[in-house]
Amino acid sequence: MTSALLQVTDLQTRFHTPEGIVHAVNGISFHINEGETVAIVGESGCGKSVSMMSLLKLIPTPPGEISSGTAIYRGTDLLQKSEREMEDIRGKDIAMIFQDPMTSLNPVLTLGRQLTESMREHLGFTKEQAEERAVQMLEQVGIPDARRRINEYPHQFSGGMRQRVMIAMALSCAPSLLIADEPTTALDVTIQAQIVELVARIRESLHMAIIWITHDLGVVAGMADRVIVMYAGFIVEEADVNDLYDSPGHPYTLALLAALPRIDRRRDHHLKSIAGSPPNLLVAPHGCPFAPRCEFVIEKCRQENPPLIQIEKNHSSACWVDVKTGAPR
Amino acid sequence: MVRYIVKRLFQGLPLLLVISITLFLLMMNIGDPIATMGGRTITRQSDRERLTRQLGLDKPISVQYLYWLIGNDWTKVDSDGDGIPDNYGTRHGILRGDFGTSLVTRKPVTELIGERIPNTLLLMVASEVVTVFFALLFGIYSALRQYSVMDNIMTALLFIAYSMPIFFVSLMSMYIFAVLFKKWGLPYLPTVGMFDPQVGKTPWQIFIHMILPVFSLSVTYFAAYSRYIRSTMLEVLSQDYVRTARSKGLPRRQVVYIHALKNAALPIVTVIGLDLPFLLGGAVVTERIFAWPGMGRLFLDHVSRSDLPVVMGILMLVATAVVVFQIITDIIYAWLDPRIRFD
Repeated sequence: MTSALLQVTDLQTRFHTPEGIVHAVNGISFHINEGETVAIVGESGCGKSVSMMSLLKLIPTPPGEISSGTAIYRGTDLLQKSEREMEDIRGKDIAMIFQDPMTSLNPVLTLGRQLTESMREHLGFTKEQAEERAVQMLEQVGIPDARRRINEYPHQFSGGMRQRVMIAMALSCAPSLLIADEPTTALDVTIQAQIVELVARIRESLHMAIIWITHDLGVVAGMADRVIVMYAGFIVEEADVNDLYDSPGHPYTLALLAALPRIDRRRDHHLKSIAGSPPNLLVAPHGCPFAPRCEFVIEKCRQENPPLIQIEKNHSSACWVDVKTGAPR
Repeated sequence: MVRYIVKRLFQGLPLLLVISITLFLLMMNIGDPIATMGGRTITRQSDRERLTRQLGLDKPISVQYLYWLIGNDWTKVDSDGDGIPDNYGTRHGILRGDFGTSLVTRKPVTELIGERIPNTLLLMVASEVVTVFFALLFGIYSALRQYSVMDNIMTALLFIAYSMPIFFVSLMSMYIFAVLFKKWGLPYLPTVGMFDPQVGKTPWQIFIHMILPVFSLSVTYFAAYSRYIRSTMLEVLSQDYVRTARSKGLPRRQVVYIHALKNAALPIVTVIGLDLPFLLGGAVVTERIFAWPGMGRLFLDHVSRSDLPVVMGILMLVATAVVVFQIITDIIYAWLDPRIRFD
């Protein structure tokens, strides 16, 4: 804990909409160490992206509001910083890549311009220096003929290539933390594997910490050190990656793993899906948010939301039930 | 690119031909130009017949159109009006740059229009510049502070401004800035013409005479444009690439004015490009109220006396400008948006 690069405590983000308050993130706490890779897993709309965007203050306010919490990054609280101070953090210390490479690049600016502007802003590079480094970065992420292609526009690139450009852009200032918000979701499977491999390779050379948001447990198995499972704006389980796969401690994780296709299963084995849908975040949470969909549900679940407690070394779960035995904890 | 422009220009020609035929047919209902030629006295029947033949108004409409289009110097016309064609005509037709002669003033149409165009352009370009400048300023401000108090106040005020007819704005501004200001002993603005004849046509005189007409013209357009710019900017600001730009830690200025505005400029350019050619036609109501000697007043004066050559000349000028500005808009669009390429 002492070497934590980023320590988030009790982060709460809400959106004030005409229909009411959306409880997007409900007091999550986690940390990430230097050079560590943490995956955040969960269904769509469970607060993964919102919590990460809150850390960088990229939530539009209003309607969004970061209503409580601290995020200590290298000794200072990100959430207390002004917009001006955040501009110095974003892209330089903490960079982000996004889900949809088709819309995340500006269609009317050249890649060169988009790649160089953060270096010129943060590192004080001249145009020539920044372009030189941009070419190097593009070559590093596997874009051939980079020197010529730097003058092209995003529409001249395929989806996978654009995501490579996004990665090059995010890494150009050598950040110490990269937040990857479902960077492979919009890509087809072979490209997904290439992108994961690419990020893993660059991680080694830059000694950079990564928060990898995904709803695909399969993607993270190979690269993450630790996994955080989120549901309805809560962290429901946190564990080292092997522990999580070997002995999941929360019914939701169990259900997610059961929904994962595996190459070693029998052909007539049907994939399981989780019955029901995630809770309406407009309603203030009461009891365990997963209770309505849970196989292990007991009466206490509907009354009281279980806190995240340690169940083994480096393994916490928020559940009233021990899923191995089915008995209440 | 050059090939594209030439192609578009040639495509515009048949369009202009169709427009000219349509307008010419409509002009047949413009009224009787001879009826007002005698001034206050009614035109005598014998004069009427002579004038009809001299002006070629006795010819079928197809022949009149042909003369207007290609001239009548290849055929004999009845120049003394006695019913017998005697010598070749003098008109060269619009295709050879001859817009004809005004039936009222007997001056060449090109000369009449040429006198007025600088005045109209001065007024219209000034009001367009004022409109776009303030619309950008207010539109972007509102978009960046959506639903703030200022945004709400501006929404209400702009709604009122947009709802006011231009003649009302003109007369109110005259009343306030000339009549009331004079009464209160404040420096007041002139309301009529381009300059004070006693002082002469100095730049300062023209400037102070322009203020009220430019203000009146700008109010409505400003309201419409700034609302449009606001909604376009709002849409662009919520795009993923703006979030990307922010996540890179770029200063807000750079995010708004480079990443967002360059995208928002595309639809804004289209709207301005559609409006610009009509500036040539002048502002009929405003020029009339402020007695500004521009195209709008020329049009009004001559349409009321059924002066077909002048009216056709002005309308064709505007039609040509529309075609040309469409091409210019497309070129600017391609320059702004790399996804559009013509080759």
